[in-house]
Amino acid sequence: MNTLWLIPFFPLLSATALILSGGRMPRQLAALLGAGSVGLAAISVVMVARTYLAEGEVQQLTLWTWIAVDNFTPRIAFYVDGLTIVMMSVITGVGFLIHLYSIEFMWEDESFCRYFAYMNLFVAAMLLLVMADNLLLLYLGWEGVGVCSYLLVGFWYRDPLNGKAARKAFVVTRVGDTAMALGLLLLFTELGTLDIQAMMATANSTWQVGDTLPIIATALLLGGAVGKSAQLPLHTWLPDAMAGPTPVSALIHAATMVTAGVYLIARNYELFLLAPPTLQAVAWIGVLTLLLAAFTALAQHDIKRILAYSTISQIGYMFLALGVGAFASGIFHLMTHAFFKALLFLAAGAVIHCLHHEHNIFRMGGLRTRLPVVFWSFLIGSAALAALPFTSGFYSKDAILLTAWTAPGNGPWLWAGGLLGALLTSIYSFRLVFIVFFGAAQTEPDRQPGWKMSGPLILLCVLSLVGGWFALPLAGVLPNKGHAGISHVVEYISIATPLLGLVIAYLLFLGKQVSIASLVASPSGQALQNFWLNGWRIDKLYDTLLVRPFKSITHWWRNEPVDLLYNAMVTIARWGHGRLVTLQTGELRWYATSIVFGLVLLLAIMLRNAS
Amino acid sequence: MDGLQIPLEHILVLAATLFSCGLMGLMLRRNIIFMLMSLEVMLNSAALAFVAAGARWGQADGQIIFLLILSVAAAEVAVGLGLVLQIQRRFKTLDMDQVNRLRG
Amino acid sequence: MMENLFYVASLVALVATVAALTRPNAAHALIYLIVSLLAVAVLFFLMGAPFAAALEILIYAGAIMVLFVFVIMMLNLGEAGDTRERQWLSPRNWIVPGIMAALLLLELLLALRHTPVLTSGVAVDPKTVGLTLFGPYVLAVEIASMLLLAGLVGAYHLGRRFIVRREGRS
Repeated sequence: MNTLWLIPFFPLLSATALILSGGRMPRQLAALLGAGSVGLAAISVVMVARTYLAEGEVQQLTLWTWIAVDNFTPRIAFYVDGLTIVMMSVITGVGFLIHLYSIEFMWEDESFCRYFAYMNLFVAAMLLLVMADNLLLLYLGWEGVGVCSYLLVGFWYRDPLNGKAARKAFVVTRVGDTAMALGLLLLFTELGTLDIQAMMATANSTWQVGDTLPIIATALLLGGAVGKSAQLPLHTWLPDAMAGPTPVSALIHAATMVTAGVYLIARNYELFLLAPPTLQAVAWIGVLTLLLAAFTALAQHDIKRILAYSTISQIGYMFLALGVGAFASGIFHLMTHAFFKALLFLAAGAVIHCLHHEHNIFRMGGLRTRLPVVFWSFLIGSAALAALPFTSGFYSKDAILLTAWTAPGNGPWLWAGGLLGALLTSIYSFRLVFIVFFGAAQTEPDRQPGWKMSGPLILLCVLSLVGGWFALPLAGVLPNKGHAGISHVVEYISIATPLLGLVIAYLLFLGKQVSIASLVASPSGQALQNFWLNGWRIDKLYDTLLVRPFKSITHWWRNEPVDLLYNAMVTIARWGHGRLVTLQTGELRWYATSIVFGLVLLLAIMLRNAS
Repeated sequence: MDGLQIPLEHILVLAATLFSCGLMGLMLRRNIIFMLMSLEVMLNSAALAFVAAGARWGQADGQIIFLLILSVAAAEVAVGLGLVLQIQRRFKTLDMDQVNRLRG
Repeated sequence: MMENLFYVASLVALVATVAALTRPNAAHALIYLIVSLLAVAVLFFLMGAPFAAALEILIYAGAIMVLFVFVIMMLNLGEAGDTRERQWLSPRNWIVPGIMAALLLLELLLALRHTPVLTSGVAVDPKTVGLTLFGPYVLAVEIASMLLLAGLVGAYHLGRRFIVRREGRS
C-alpha cells in the first residue's frame, strides 16, 4: 500500500522540524509535533493492520534503489507481514504513550525541543528497522537507534558521567554491530543478496542443516543481537544507560531498542533453523543471562537499576524462547514485556519525578497512600513481570517455560533455569514494591502526577492485564513449537513458582516474619551482596581483561615508535646540517682557501687523467 | 717594430707563478685592500697568458681579450672599492675576518 | 740582448709582485704593484703587442691603481694600520696559504711541461687590433661598455653616502 511510507515519515519529519528549529520552538508546539507525529504514525499502523488482517496479504512498498553496483542493489523498501505489524504496533502504540508522558515529565527541562527531536528520530529509525525488507536497510535502522540511544542516554551532557554512560552504551553495542556487519558481508558473499525473503529462499536451497557457513553467519548475527539486546557478554551497558531520562529508559531500553536483537533473530529464523548449534547458543545465552541478571537485581538499591537488570533478564527469556524454537512465543513475550516494562519504568519515573529525583529505594516508602495511581501501576506491572496467573506476562512466560521443557537435549535444564529465574523475578519485583510503597515514608512527594503522566500509566495497566488475550497475527509467519503432551506436574510447578516468590518476598520485606538480616550482615553474606550489587563484577573483569591492556599498550606506544624511522631521518639530517654549518664561517679568506683547495684537487685529477 | 721569439713555455710559467703569488696574497692578507690588490695581480697574470697566446699565433685576438679583461678589472675595482668604503663605515675596520655576518 | 731584457723584466715583475703582497703599508704595496705592472708592460712590448703594453700602462697602472691610491688616502689608515698588518703577517699565518699556493703552482708547472712552442715574433700593430675589435668583436665591445656603465652606477651608489657623511662630519 502506498501509505506504508507515512509510518516512518511522520516521526522523521517531526524530528527534522524540531532539529532545524534549533531549540527555539515554543514548548506547546514542540510537544504537539513530538507526540502528535508518533500518534499519527500509530493511526497509520492501525490502518495498515486492518488491511492486513482483512486481506491476509503481505504488503510491500519500494521507494527507490539505494545502491546500484554490479549485482548489489539494495533498495529502500518496506515489507510488512504479521511480525512487522506486531512490532510496529508496539513501537508506535507504546511509543505514543511514552511521548505523551514525556511532555509532562520533561516540561521543566530547558532542552525540551532537543529531547523530542531525538525521541522522534529514534522512533523513525526503529520503524525503519522493523519495516526493512533487506538487511542493509535494517542495519541502517540498527545504527540509527544506536546513535539515538547514545544521544538520549547522554541527554544531560553537562554531567560528564552521563557522557561516559552514553559512550559505554555506544562502544559495547558497537562490538556487536561489528560482528553483525561481518555477518552481513558473509551472507552477501555467499548468498548474493541481502533481501530477506530472497535470502531465505537461497539459503534453504544452498545450505543444508548443520553446514558450517550458516553457523558462522548466524553466530555473527547473534553477536549483533547480543550487543543490542544487552545479553551476556555484552550486557554491561544497560544498567549504566539508566543515566538518561526515565521515559528514554522506558522506550529505548525496555520496549523497543533492546528488542531489536530478538526481532533480528526472529526475522531471519530460516537462517537460524539451518544452524542448530547457534540456536542452542541462543537458548543458553538466554538462560545464563536471565539468571545472572535476576541475582543482580536482588541486591540493587537504585529503582531504575533494578528495572534495568529486570529488562536484561526478561530479554533472556525471549532469547530462550527463540533458542528452543518457540519463535512466536518469543515475540509474544516481547509484546507483553513492552507493556509491563514500559509501565514499570513510567511508574518509576513518576516516583522519581514526584520525590524530587530520589533514586534510592531505601529512602522511599509508604507511597501507597500518597501516590495511589503510581502504586496500582507498579503493582499491576510487577504482577505481570512476575507472571502471576492471568496477567499478560503469565501467558507469555508460561508458553516459553513449557516449550523449553520439551526442547530436545537439555530441555529440562533450560526449564529449570527459567523456573529459578521466574522465582527470583517474583522475589525482586515484589521486594521493590514492598520497600517503595509500604512501610514508613522517608521522603514526602512534593507533587502529584498530572493527566499526561497518569493517563498513559492507566492505559498501560489495562494492556498489561489484557494483553495476554490478544491473538497475534503470527500464524504462517513464524514457526512455533508447541508444548502438547506435557505432564500436568510440570505445568503446575511452572504456575506456582511466581506465587511462591511473592510469598517469600512478603515474608522477607513486608511482614518481616523471616529475617535474613544476620545472614546478610555476615562476612560471606556481605561479600555475596557486594558481588551481586556490582553485577557479578563483570565490569571489573572487562576492565582488567580488555581496558587495562589496551590502555597500557597505548601508553607504551604514546611516543609513536613507528615514527622512529622518520624521526631518525630528521635527526640525521639535522646532525649533518650541524656539522656542515661549521664550514660556513662567513670569512672571506676561508672561502678563498676552500676554492683553492678544490682547484688543487680538480687539477690533480685532470693531470692524472691526462698523463 | 717586431717582437722577439720567446719560448711560450717561459711566459706561461711566469704567468703561473704570478697567479700563485696573487692567490697566496688572497689567502694570506686580512685587509680587504690587499685582497683586492691580489685579485688584480691574478687578473694581470691571466691577461699576460692571453697576450702570450695571441703573440704565438700573431693575431690580434689575444690583445682584444686583454682589453676585455681590463674593462672587467676596472669595473670590478670600482665597485669593489665602493664596497670597501661601506665596510669601513659599517664595521669600522677593514679586517675581513671580522666581517662574518653571513656565518651559518 | 733582447732576450736578456725579457728575463730581467720577468724577474722584476715577480719580485715586485711578491714585495707588493707582503708589505704592511698599503701605499708601499701599491707602488710595488705599479712597478710590477710596468714590468709586465715591457714584456708585452717585447712580445710584439705594443697596444697591449700601452693599455697596461694607461689603464691598469694609470687608472686602476690610482683608484686604489685614492681610496687608501681616503681611508687614512695610518700607523695603527701598519702595526696591525705586521701582526697579521706573522709567520704562523703563512703555512696553509703557502702550502696551497705551492701545490697549485706545482700542478700548473706540471701541466705546462710539453709546450715547446715559440712566439711568432711578429708585432701586431694597433691598426690590426682596431680592425679586429670593431669587426668580429663589436658585440664584445658593446657588452664591455655596458659592464663599465654598471660599474659606474654601482660605484656611484655605493660611495655616495660615505662621501656625504664624511662631508657632514668634517
